[in-house]
Amino acid sequence: MGATIVEKIFSRKCGSDIRAGEVVMTPIDGAMIHDITGPLAIQKFHEMGGEYVFDPKRVIMLFDHQIPADSLEAAKIHQYMRTFAAEQGIHNYDINEGVCHQVVLEKGRAAPGEIIVGADSHTCMYGAVGAFATGIGSTDMGFALKFGALYFKVPETIRVEVSGRFQKRVGAKDLILAIAADIGADGATYQAIEFTGKTIEKLDMAGRMTCCNMAIEMGAKAGIVPPDKVTWEYMKGRRKMKPFDLASDDDAKFAEKRTYNVADLEPQVAVPHNVDQGVPLSSVAGTHLDQVFIGSCTNGRYEDLKEAAEVLGKKKFHAGTRVLIIPASRNEYLKALENGLVERFVKAGALVEAPCCGPCMGGSFGLLAPGEVCLSTSNRNFKGRQGSTEAFVYLCSAATAAASAMKGEITDPRGV
Amino acid sequence: MIVDLYPQTKNMRVWKFGDNIDTDAIIPGRFLTINNPDELAKHAFEGTRDEFAKMVKDGDVVIGGKNFGCGSSREHAPLALLGGGVHVVLAKSFARIFFRNAINVGVLPVVCHDTDKIADGAKITLDLKKGYAEVDGKKLTIEPVPPFMQGIIDAGGLVEYARNLKEVPVCTKSRG
Repeated sequence: MGATIVEKIFSRKCGSDIRAGEVVMTPIDGAMIHDITGPLAIQKFHEMGGEYVFDPKRVIMLFDHQIPADSLEAAKIHQYMRTFAAEQGIHNYDINEGVCHQVVLEKGRAAPGEIIVGADSHTCMYGAVGAFATGIGSTDMGFALKFGALYFKVPETIRVEVSGRFQKRVGAKDLILAIAADIGADGATYQAIEFTGKTIEKLDMAGRMTCCNMAIEMGAKAGIVPPDKVTWEYMKGRRKMKPFDLASDDDAKFAEKRTYNVADLEPQVAVPHNVDQGVPLSSVAGTHLDQVFIGSCTNGRYEDLKEAAEVLGKKKFHAGTRVLIIPASRNEYLKALENGLVERFVKAGALVEAPCCGPCMGGSFGLLAPGEVCLSTSNRNFKGRQGSTEAFVYLCSAATAAASAMKGEITDPRGV
Repeated sequence: MIVDLYPQTKNMRVWKFGDNIDTDAIIPGRFLTINNPDELAKHAFEGTRDEFAKMVKDGDVVIGGKNFGCGSSREHAPLALLGGGVHVVLAKSFARIFFRNAINVGVLPVVCHDTDKIADGAKITLDLKKGYAEVDGKKLTIEPVPPFMQGIIDAGGLVEYARNLKEVPVCTKSRG
């Protein structure tokens, strides 16, 4: 019996045959903490008798949720974590680099075959480079910081095979919203989702990140794309390593196999208040919008901003709609700046903010008042996620967000 | 040790919630600068069920449908419940990260497929050792915690488990 890519990653790490369902104390290659879950993780690390972290070079620290410090409490949290980083010799990206998941990948801190944990649920995004990456809580992180290892129940894998060519202005976000609607908010709990097929092979890294990022929205422990030419090209200059083969065997035991064809896929929108409430855009076209947010670890990359700018052209955003655009990282911000996108967005009426999580964590800025409606390229539309529990958040792609921001209502980007 | 502290929860009030209760609902993002359970508890379910924080009492039991605790990895969610005195959550199923976090901080997530039969405000009696819940004279089956998680509970939580260890036996397998 062959093995899944996830079973292979665990087996490689331990040098023995490890199969789904087994609980294994596994060494980790990296651990990421940020300004929301980090302080508690550090506290737990100390309570566990931790003095020095297992390997400061494998700990990734940065601040992205409440930056620049938006309250005295946030400032104190940042100060506490800075002190810890200095004491431990951990490189701290501080407030300078952007949203954690984007930064981890950009800086080459996750690589094919590695096992990475992050104290954030969207850590599963690193599966885009063929790593096994999963979100954990602060106590588990305290343990990981002390021992450089953690208990994992090795997950079974749902293999998703995608074929067909996207229509213009339809892409990875529409695909993953459709998959989430199909699998459901808990349809992949305790499982990994492997994305394969011709469409995925042709998908750029930005799109792969979008898909893996949202694996957690189906309850999955990890999302993963087997490393291929696109992956190894992305790793060049980020990590010195020789390409190697890493993929599920065809005779591996999968929990389930699902196939999708994107040829006829319409732009998708997830309606309030659950991520698995994805519907074809046409069924909610015309919905009035108070705010549009283009950004987040899910869709705040240069590729997203570029597509939004292409949809926008030389036109303006709707005067009655607040448009917030937040690049996912300093790197993506610079690309947008150098290519004239920031100027175009600002001239069109948008507010372009410095890289951070923005409204997506619902505790910093860009919040919604009761009754307001936001269309967002982020990953969650839970009640209260972006402010008032009486507000409404719809999720979509950057192309749909841009087209809709121009009209002040949910609009199909294919017609713009 | 949670099970020993609460071998039997007698006639405690039930706070009934539905499916897909996410961690943003349990504790909204704007309160995540707080790490103290008692302080967090003051904002539990704020905006979605305001009376919870005001009226929850030590020993009360939270009941959910499927996928309880989905969403963010914030450990503040089980901490907010703990601060309110909730030591047990019964649900048809739990989101993975919440399940682990809950055990790690001392809230016991118990799987019970019959939570539809439990009404809000009902009185519940739990016998974790014998494995049942009793509501309005009806006995409902509850599932045991997976063996490897039970090991962490028996140690008194992950912090206690880890405190006296210098290193851990990597690549060893446990029973799932």
